[in-house]
Amino acid sequence: MKAILASLTGGAILIFARLVTAVRGIWDGIEPVPAQRVYFANHTSNGDFILIWTVLPTTLRSRTRPVAGSDYWLASPIRRFIGEDVFNAVLVDRRPEARDTDPMDTILTAVDEGSSLIIFPEGTRNMTEEPLLPFKSGIYNISSKRPEVDLVPVWIENLNHVMPKGKVIPIPLLCTVTFGAPIRAEKDEVREAFLERASAALIALKPEGAAS
Amino acid sequence: MTGAQSDFLLLLAGIGALLVVATLIGQTLRRRLGPDGQNSTVENLNARIAAWWAMVTLLAIAFLAGRAGVIVLFAICSFAALREFVTLTTRNTSDHWAIAAAFFVVLPAQYWLIWDDWYGLYSIFVPVYAFLLLPVIAVLQGDTRNILSRMSELQWALMICVYCASHVPALLTLEIDGYEGRNILLIAFLVVVVQLSDVLQYTWGKLIGRHKVAPNLSPSKTWEGLVGGVASATLVGAALWWITPFSVLEAAGMALVITLAGFLGGLVMSAIKRDRGVKDWGHLIAGHGGFIDRLDSVVFSAPIFFHLTRYFWSAG
Repeated sequence: MKAILASLTGGAILIFARLVTAVRGIWDGIEPVPAQRVYFANHTSNGDFILIWTVLPTTLRSRTRPVAGSDYWLASPIRRFIGEDVFNAVLVDRRPEARDTDPMDTILTAVDEGSSLIIFPEGTRNMTEEPLLPFKSGIYNISSKRPEVDLVPVWIENLNHVMPKGKVIPIPLLCTVTFGAPIRAEKDEVREAFLERASAALIALKPEGAAS
Repeated sequence: MTGAQSDFLLLLAGIGALLVVATLIGQTLRRRLGPDGQNSTVENLNARIAAWWAMVTLLAIAFLAGRAGVIVLFAICSFAALREFVTLTTRNTSDHWAIAAAFFVVLPAQYWLIWDDWYGLYSIFVPVYAFLLLPVIAVLQGDTRNILSRMSELQWALMICVYCASHVPALLTLEIDGYEGRNILLIAFLVVVVQLSDVLQYTWGKLIGRHKVAPNLSPSKTWEGLVGGVASATLVGAALWWITPFSVLEAAGMALVITLAGFLGGLVMSAIKRDRGVKDWGHLIAGHGGFIDRLDSVVFSAPIFFHLTRYFWSAG
């Protein structure tokens, strides 16, 4: 019963996302094939992972789990239902003082179970004029501990204008989601170098001349 | 079956036959020039033909559903077109409420006024009330940066995507002596002639096009395509006089006016795309681009066709 409700809710969210954004996935340097991947994306809106989820083919979608903050997604029964049942999110606690498990262990467990992940390495929504905030170490840790998994940069364009922070009604605008060539941490690559490389790979996907 | 219905089915059969021929030509070209999809022109042609099948089917369903079907269909087209247009306009975060009002208040209100047959208001609602209201919403947010560009671009978006487009279903509200119950065929005449003119301009241009009309705006538009396309579409319009309240000559004149307006509309919309650095308005209609790419010519010709018909033929 809950599973049916979750699947219906998922379908309704997909239709709504398409209606508002007519979102289009652009596969530029990688193909949408069912391989295990960690998608890392820019983060400007709470709807970011929904757009990625929407443009993934159905077979990939069912095995792709967003990594999200449990402090937000467990805060109410509705959020819990959407986070856990609809999106099957990997919930991690972002507050070191309140948690008893290491978020990286939770994430690596999900990877070892064969799931693909959606992760936002900036750690929080980017409200600045800069295209990206400095990356947190998470994706480096994933890649150095599971070097056989591809990390795929994903640029989400325009969603920050559809629903700016503090607004309750979205405005319909076309959005694109661009998937780029995958990267992996190389043997002996240091954290800073890898994070810089990952950040550059992501910015390179930003459409040229796009309205800012 | 009423006369209007049988005439509509006859027209539909004609378009169906045309599409069958186009599909056969497209498949033959594909077999000869690029069976594995190497020839991108042929692939694009076939994508366009496939999209035409879908568009004609949708239009036919809307027409058979009558007045409500047509109004809902064009309201949806307006929504999709406005979504494409606003994506390219100058805007700040402070315009959020003005843009939301354009989508969720102005657009439905305009189509409701047409449903309500309230000519006195739907003919001025956008250019008077929406144009005054939206800047007020925007300035109340206290942001003066680029205010003139932001407001005029949103107003122009509404004018093209909502106001002009809504004049297609508005044809249903005209009262023409001896033409009662047949207004839906006026829409069919407008859409068929203008869209066919686009197709014929494209075809003539591909076959014998040499001299560009507006090289700065649109590299694909040629004088040969324009003259050939407009002339042949005018002939088609004349041949369709039996679905209109016009005589043969009048139908030809109307067809000439709307194909020219459609051509000029295409030029204007190309200029906007060029300025914003995009090739297509969107991507939802395979082979064609976005809704505006397909509707630009109809949108420009609809109000002109509406007012000419209203002034010279309508008693109301």
